[in-house]
Amino acid sequence: MALVAEALAAALIVLGAFFLFVGSFGLAKLPDMMRRLHAPTKATTLGIGFTLIASMVWFGGVAGDPSFHELMITLFLFLTAPVTAQMISKAHILRSAQTQAELPPTGGDAAWATLPRDRTGEDKAG
Amino acid sequence: MIARVLPQPILTLVLAGVWLLLVNDVSAGNIVLGLVIGFAVPQVTGRYWPDGGMPRHPLRLAAYGAIVLWDIVVSNIEVARLVLFRRSEGLASRFVTIPLELRSAEAIAILAATITMTPGTVSADLSADGTSLLVHCLDAEDPDAVAAQIKERYERRLKEIFE
Repeated sequence: MALVAEALAAALIVLGAFFLFVGSFGLAKLPDMMRRLHAPTKATTLGIGFTLIASMVWFGGVAGDPSFHELMITLFLFLTAPVTAQMISKAHILRSAQTQAELPPTGGDAAWATLPRDRTGEDKAG
Repeated sequence: MIARVLPQPILTLVLAGVWLLLVNDVSAGNIVLGLVIGFAVPQVTGRYWPDGGMPRHPLRLAAYGAIVLWDIVVSNIEVARLVLFRRSEGLASRFVTIPLELRSAEAIAILAATITMTPGTVSADLSADGTSLLVHCLDAEDPDAVAAQIKERYERRLKEIFE
């Protein structure tokens, strides 16, 4: 039983390490700010998720001391990662005139919340 | 009366559960302490949730969570493939506007978080009047298809749960 748990934990750690690597590699490889956001928000979250599951399996199956803190860490990660990504992209949109020019129109009366009222995507495009 | 003492009964239970997981110990004392926290926190934070903010179908919200969890795994394999095997110049990255039917602030927040965690999309901004969402796609040949898929798969379900 302990052997099975140990093998499972090892496999999960390798899987987690792979996704963490892809997240970091994507951050380095992708060419611009908005595209770079994709790799760390997704791959890194899943990589850490696998690592945490491995930790639960190891402490529950091998050490005989079940732990649920990992579930909480995963929950907090899932709550914070999207908020961080959105704050970074809002800061990027505010500071980059080029990105502002690329934005599609909102399709409504109001502009995108990040931009001042008179600088909608529609005005820039026209 | 009940509504005043317990404005958000589900939040109370969730907070008590989170407390038990944080202390990593299920005992009578901790259950009482968890319930006290679950009772006190909504009293303090209630004013920030003017509409209650609670899902009308908590069980369907759990089903939604399972779908999103599955999509997160799929999206990671997809993004890993794009990152490792595609030239960056060949990616059709673009911004897409998603017109929103949802009106509840909590539902829109969950939708935005879901979009960030799932296949090739990051939610970047909300329009000032809250009627459309700005989404950045890593590789989207057809922006309309992305918008349609998000609306069909996530927004429709959230609308059923919250409105």
